[in-house]
Amino acid sequence: MEFTLDKKHEMARSLFREFALNEAKPLAQQTDEEERFPRETVDKMAKFGFLGIPIPKEMGGQGCDVLTYAMAVEELSKVCGTTGVILSAHTSLCADPIMTFGTPEQKEKYLIPLAKGEKLGAFGLTEPGAGTDAQGQQTKAVLDGDEWVLNGSKCFITNGKEADVYVIFAVTGKIEKRGKMMKEISAFIVEKGTPGFSFGVKENKMGIRGSSTYELIFTDCRIPKGNLLGQQGKGFNIAMHTLDGGRIGIAAQALGLAEGALETTIAYVKERKQFGRSIAQFQNTQFELANMATKVQAAQYMVYSAACKKDEYTKNPKISYSVEAAMAKLYAAEVAMEVTTKAVQLHGGYGYIREYDVERMMRDAKITEIYEGTSEVQRMVISGSLLK
Amino acid sequence: MKVVVCVKQVPDTKGGVKFNPDGTLDRAAMLAIMNPDDKAGLEAALKLKDKYGAEVTVLTMGLPKAADVLREAIAMGADKGVLVTDRVLGGADTWATSTTIAGALRNLEYDLIITGRQAIDGDTAQVGPQIAEHLGLPVISYAEELEVDEAAKKVTVKRQFDDRYMMLEASLPCLVTALSELGEPRYMTPGGIFDAVDAEITTWGRNDLKDVDDSNLGLAGSPTKIAKASDKVRKGAGEKVTPDSPEDAVKYIIGKLDEKHAI
Repeated sequence: MEFTLDKKHEMARSLFREFALNEAKPLAQQTDEEERFPRETVDKMAKFGFLGIPIPKEMGGQGCDVLTYAMAVEELSKVCGTTGVILSAHTSLCADPIMTFGTPEQKEKYLIPLAKGEKLGAFGLTEPGAGTDAQGQQTKAVLDGDEWVLNGSKCFITNGKEADVYVIFAVTGKIEKRGKMMKEISAFIVEKGTPGFSFGVKENKMGIRGSSTYELIFTDCRIPKGNLLGQQGKGFNIAMHTLDGGRIGIAAQALGLAEGALETTIAYVKERKQFGRSIAQFQNTQFELANMATKVQAAQYMVYSAACKKDEYTKNPKISYSVEAAMAKLYAAEVAMEVTTKAVQLHGGYGYIREYDVERMMRDAKITEIYEGTSEVQRMVISGSLLK
Repeated sequence: MKVVVCVKQVPDTKGGVKFNPDGTLDRAAMLAIMNPDDKAGLEAALKLKDKYGAEVTVLTMGLPKAADVLREAIAMGADKGVLVTDRVLGGADTWATSTTIAGALRNLEYDLIITGRQAIDGDTAQVGPQIAEHLGLPVISYAEELEVDEAAKKVTVKRQFDDRYMMLEASLPCLVTALSELGEPRYMTPGGIFDAVDAEITTWGRNDLKDVDDSNLGLAGSPTKIAKASDKVRKGAGEKVTPDSPEDAVKYIIGKLDEKHAI
């Protein structure tokens, strides 16, 4: 068991940190305030290979590993939660399922441009009536000749209007399972610009405000038969597998937010003076920082361990990383919420002011306890593995 | 086209400076980065690679850990790295350094050699032109723009001065020293990093240097002797004032100068 990063990962971390400080941090306030998608940062990430980190070189990617990708999301999220989730949704939720379940033709057509950063990806599972309960899906896909016809809508879709390629889930029929009739769910690849595919409302969110969260609407949207991803009826498995990986990305985002808030607070308490001395000299501050740092460190180990487990999975698909990913996401998200909240508290009144980064970080942190499986869902996954 | 970029690992100005008892820098004990002017020179070379498919070799002299800057250069897109390292080369001044690097360059093929204008640790700006002199090459220093005409085998350089610039042409092979204006260095790529860490770095010692005399190498071969070296004295935090008007500002400054008996 190793607790130190090797040279490759150390160098990669310094790259991501430098990029985050130079490119993402200067835009973080504006991204949040104006709900502006940071297109220029995404274009630069594309140029330098960040959009294909864990994807093999022969598929247009960088040929690195999941740990490197998690570190990229972490470092970006330290300074801008929006930028972190853009990368996470693209990589984990769109490129990954196409890499895992796609046909050679689908990989050629969609994965390579996604990995090269020529296209941006998104994922549509959630519907107004289908969040945690995927069986609540209403979007339907009907095979008509050589085309699937999609009707329905998806909501809360990250990278919504900015993406080019979407992995979409829809009901394709009914199947009997353990004596019960269940919806048969399948996955599809849909391109932006397909007739019948449009965008609905843009969500006005508490945090990650620049991440372009939209409703997707499908009205007699015809896509080629060949855009079925994986086998018909295997959509639920594809979604669950994809979310297992996605949780590592969100755990890394949560970790980054917590680390960013901690670093910002350490700098602040050294400067801020009350009663004639810096507030860093008060024992309450010191103990709070110690607790925050300890939890951040524990979260980091869990996130990196889950990422390494997924790397093992790529070599040996018999290995499951589902529980590790759920634990990492559950813990890192709750640490992110706690640490950012304490960071605001240690900033006092200034922490409540928009101008200070910790205010944004606290709002950004909340979503990590909700999306890609709420903390409650993570507890279901974890306890399910304990009690099976 | 073959381009060799000479780079130097220098102390990171964000870290502290440490000295050896003989007054030379204790490089092993300091955080290190690629010298910024050299990095701009590397960017110019990588642009030539993008445009003409030039082969880019990076060359450095230093401690074994100086291989880190070569790996960084490879992660940015350079093709090969050569490290010149040997105990007998330690403590070299600009003369001994340029002699050493020229000795290494005699083993390499090149159409263009790029060095940084100067390193942030020594600030001499001597090594680049000295290398050219050793190799009998034309040199254009202070380059802020660079164009290569591969067919005509010549380079056109915009050479910067404080108040003007010169447009100079030289036939290849030649040596150009780069200002930071020559190019905003690109980032490494994640995949480039993975390749760079596994890449083989060619390592040369004293015996691999061609046509050099021992009397011109290392501390012993350095005409420059360091009498004394010290870290710069840290300035205080200073005082920030926000006067209400320019007149008040002038009054304040005059008062301060008077207080210090400066006027």
